Formats: sequence, structure tokens, C-alpha cells
Amino acid sequence: MTISRKEVEKVALLGRLRLSDDELDKMTTQLGQILDYMDLLAELDTDQVEPMAHALDVSDVLRDDRVRPSLDRREALAGAPNSDDQCYLVPAVLGACGFAPDSTCRRLN
Amino acid sequence: MSPIELTATQLLDELRSGLINSVEATRAFLQQIGQHDESIGAFLRVDSEGALDRAELIDRRRKQGEPLGRLAGLPVAVKDLLSTRGEPTSCASRILENFRPPYDATVVANLKAADAVLIGRTNMDEFAMGGSTENSAFQTTRNPWDTSRIPGGSSGGSAACVAASMAPLAVGSDTGGSIRQPAGLCGITGMKPTYGRVSRWGLVAFASSLDQIGPLARTAEDAALLLEVLAGHDPRDSTSIDRPVPEYSKTIGKPLENLRIGLVREHFGEGLDAEVEAAVREAVRVYESLGATVRELSMPHGKYAVAAYYIIAPSEASSNLARYDGVHYGRRTDEAAMMAELEAERKALAALGDTAALDELDDPLVRMYRRSRSEGFGAEVKRRIMLGTYALSAGYYDAYYKKALKVRRLIRQDFDRAFEQVDLIAGPVAPTPAYKIGEKIDDPLSMYLFDLYTVSTNLAGIGGISIPCGQSGGGLPIGLHLQAPPFEEERLLRGAWMFQQATDWHRRRPSL
Repeated sequence: MTISRKEVEKVALLGRLRLSDDELDKMTTQLGQILDYMDLLAELDTDQVEPMAHALDVSDVLRDDRVRPSLDRREALAGAPNSDDQCYLVPAVLGACGFAPDSTCRRLN
Repeated sequence: MSPIELTATQLLDELRSGLINSVEATRAFLQQIGQHDESIGAFLRVDSEGALDRAELIDRRRKQGEPLGRLAGLPVAVKDLLSTRGEPTSCASRILENFRPPYDATVVANLKAADAVLIGRTNMDEFAMGGSTENSAFQTTRNPWDTSRIPGGSSGGSAACVAASMAPLAVGSDTGGSIRQPAGLCGITGMKPTYGRVSRWGLVAFASSLDQIGPLARTAEDAALLLEVLAGHDPRDSTSIDRPVPEYSKTIGKPLENLRIGLVREHFGEGLDAEVEAAVREAVRVYESLGATVRELSMPHGKYAVAAYYIIAPSEASSNLARYDGVHYGRRTDEAAMMAELEAERKALAALGDTAALDELDDPLVRMYRRSRSEGFGAEVKRRIMLGTYALSAGYYDAYYKKALKVRRLIRQDFDRAFEQVDLIAGPVAPTPAYKIGEKIDDPLSMYLFDLYTVSTNLAGIGGISIPCGQSGGGLPIGLHLQAPPFEEERLLRGAWMFQQATDWHRRRPSL
């Protein structure tokens, strides 16, 4: 099964990527080839097979619910591209104000 | 003998007995790096000062008779995807170029507690995605045996630095062969432990159900030494298993008795290089001469492993890499330029009266995500995010992702059946010796197919090791791949070491 350029564009948006025209062309061809190869799996009858998401038979590993120190806020914010003393700052999310040139970043609470 | 020519085990003995101190040993490796890494490119960063300070401290503590850790004074190189507090951890990606983690990965903490001397951070394929280390955003690593060729990947820097005697030990990670394949192509020993044997806490995630950290070394004996320090239960990784860690280095000298080796018929088919096949078959004869019996068996679902793997791993990757959003850490696009771009697009669409397109125009936050990620990720990472996002998207989930998970179980069942009959499965680790730099870079599918012998191990969650077993006519190393049932690391290491006691492939070094 091949994939169309339009679909590739849609997937890029879902994956929060933005591809140039050249990248879109190349990606369409390459994903098409790779997905064609994946069609190999269709020849296997797997109706009676349980999916295996994980190699280990462990589930619901719980720890004691105890209060303990966690990562300091200052340290957690230290790697952020834009922050104030408490919060990560991001472009405005709500309303049309995102286009106001002097207010590109707002607190994300 | 110069300390860089010794195995880690020998060097540790010399350090303990006082024949050499850690500063001298560390200096010797730093000098080798200084002399040769410009042509090899194994390291992204070398911490000469930090390493020598630490070596000095350990020497002082030794002099004062203080108790020291298992790797005391021994230089170790670390793949650049293990978080190290306050030090750059880039994953060879632009998006993490200036990232300094606020904590140590558990294995890094283990290495520090063992008094290892961390000498530098090794190059890799960006986010461990690739098999040639060509996908690093920063530099190309060259195979020490032939610098026109790839070292393999994604732990290419870790493999190359051990092969080039720039470090006695290195740490890597293996999601689909990323320790074993470069070890094979560089002529060293590399092991992927059972899933859950080593904590992944602080390992930058690629595909969480497949990733596992492991040792790269000159010999199985050295790999045993390092695995002892890496392995163990960690309450911070709920997939790490609470089982005691055997003292691998104590039992390594005991050969495996009545060893039953399995050869998978399907591994010796189309695409396998004749010299690789000959070397692997010769290696199996060595095992026979040591008393092993060999049995041919079939693993019928192996041929689906690459397809299943390249659905599952990118699916998990697309989810894991969603965290690189230009908000919490890592690179963010230039916001002023981004706002100007959006405004220009809005005006152009308004002038055209294209209201549908105007409605679909990204809002600033989404555009910020998209631009940050597109600037920060390289081509292969984008390809895998796309592949994974597609496989998980509405309408395709059942046909791709769920189907691949079912095939994963069939592959695991093949192994379970095989291990009812044999103790170890032996075969090639890669279909050919190292290929030329640039040869496959524009053909992702052929790059993926190069992983055909290694991805099943990760899908099944078992352990595997690669050891040198020959050379091509052109003088390139060939690796033997051994696989064992879950938590049989000791069997893998003893099996590998008994081969190395009988052969000298692991002693050969490239002339730089």
C-alpha cells in the first residue's frame, strides 16, 4: 500500500513536524517503500494470536505512597527555553492575541 | 605493556596491585584519544580534566587504604544518551544540543559508585535511530579498521573507541542491535542483556519496550565485569526486574558443559555474505571441538522480524519523542521569526480570500512545536516519527501496530521453542562486514534490512552477545551472535569466553 503526499502532510501535522516541499516528496517515496515492505506481515494469519506489547510478565508495579522530595522546581525549569520563576512560558494558546507581537509568550499554568 | 593494550580485567589487576595508578592509566587513554580521535570521531566530548581529577582522587583514596568500588580507577566511555547530572547529554541531536540533565541515570550513578573514571561521551545515531552512526547531527564516526567505512550503530562511538584502544570499556544501548552490530563490525565484544536486567532510568528513551543498556568491551571477561556494575533492580524503573545479579566475573572461567548450540536455518539464506557465513560456520566448529553439539532448527517467523520491528520501534519512538516540544527543555525555534512567518501566511491567505486554509492555519503554539521539532530533528528521526505516527493513527492501528504486536508474540514463541532444544543460538550478527560511509544513507529500507539478525532479540526481550570470530579478505572484523533465554547472561558470557579462550580474534587490533 502506498501513501499519498496529502496523507504524509496530515501525518506530519499529527507528529508535530513541518516538512519542506523537498522533504515531503522524499518522505512520500520512502514511506511508500517502507510500508510496501510491511505488507509482508499480511500473509501471516494472526487471528488467534494475542498481541504482545511487552517482553515481561509484570504489571501494576506499585510503590508505597509516601511523601518525599521530588525534583526542585528551579532545576526542573533550568533547561526550559523560556520560563519565569515558576512556569514554562509558551506562545499564547487562547484567542487571537497570539498575533500580538509584544505578547508571544504566556504562562502555561 | 602500555595500559591501553591491556584488557580491563588486566588493567584492574595492575591498578589494584599498584603496578600503575589511575592517573597514569587515564592519561594513556587520553593520549590515545588525542592522537587518533580526530580521524575516528568516536567521542562527542572528552572530559580530560574531570577524568584526571577523579583518577587522582581514587589514587589518593587507594593510598589511604579506603575501600574502593569494583571498577576503581578504570576509564569508561559512555554513549551520549545516558543522563549525567549537569553535563551535556545530547543524544547526538540538535534538539538536545545544550541540554544538561538535572540528575544521573541509574547506570551512571552505578558507574560513579563503582569508582569508574568517566572519560567522555561517545557519538551515536541521533536518538539511537540508525545502524551506522551516520545519523549523528554532529559528526561522522569512522571504523578504526578502515576509516572509509561505518563503525556500525547506533552505539558506533562506543564500539569504535574500544576497538581503537581509546577506552577499555564503554556503555551502549541496544534497541534493535545497537550494541551487538557495531561490536561485530568493529571486532569487539558487545552485549545486550535481557529486557529488565539493567535499569533504564535516565536513559533517553527511544522505544521503551525494547531499549536495554549493556557493555562494550574487548573480551567477554571484561563485559562480565562491566555488566555486574550496570545490572540490578531499580525501584525507579518499574520494568527492571528484582532478581539478584550473579557475579558474572567469578563464574566466567567455567566453560559450559554439554553445550547445545542451535543454528537457525533461515539465517543462512539469501543476503548473507559468503565470508561472513564461512567465519560463522568455522566458529561453530570451534565450539564442536570444545565439546558442543550442534543442531539445526527453524524459526519460521524470523523473516517478519524487521517488518514488525520497524512498526513497533517507530510507534514507541513517535510517542516518546513527543516530549521534545520546545517547552520543557531542548531547542525552541526563534519565536519572533515564527510569528512573522505566521502573520505573513495569514495575510497571504486573507488576500486570496481562502477562508478554509485560514481556518487550518496553525495556531502559534502548534507552529512553535512544529518548527522547533523540524529544526531540531534530523532526517532519520523525522522518518521514524512519521512512520510511527502513521502506524498508530486512526484507520491504520489494527493493520500495522496491532498486527506487529501479534507477530512479536510469534517471534517470541519461536525462541521459546528453540530454547527447549538448545542452550544457545549462534549465527551472524550482521549480513556483511562494515559497509562504506554513505552507501546506504539514501536508502532507509536497505539500512533497516541490515538489522535482520538482531531485532528479534529485542522483540523477544532476551539477551544476546556479539564476539569477534573472523575477518574478511579485506581485513574487516566479522561478529558471531549468540542468543540465550531470558536472564541467562551468565550462560552468554561463559559461552563467549570459552570461545575467546580457544581463539585470538578478540586480541587483534586495528593499526591506526
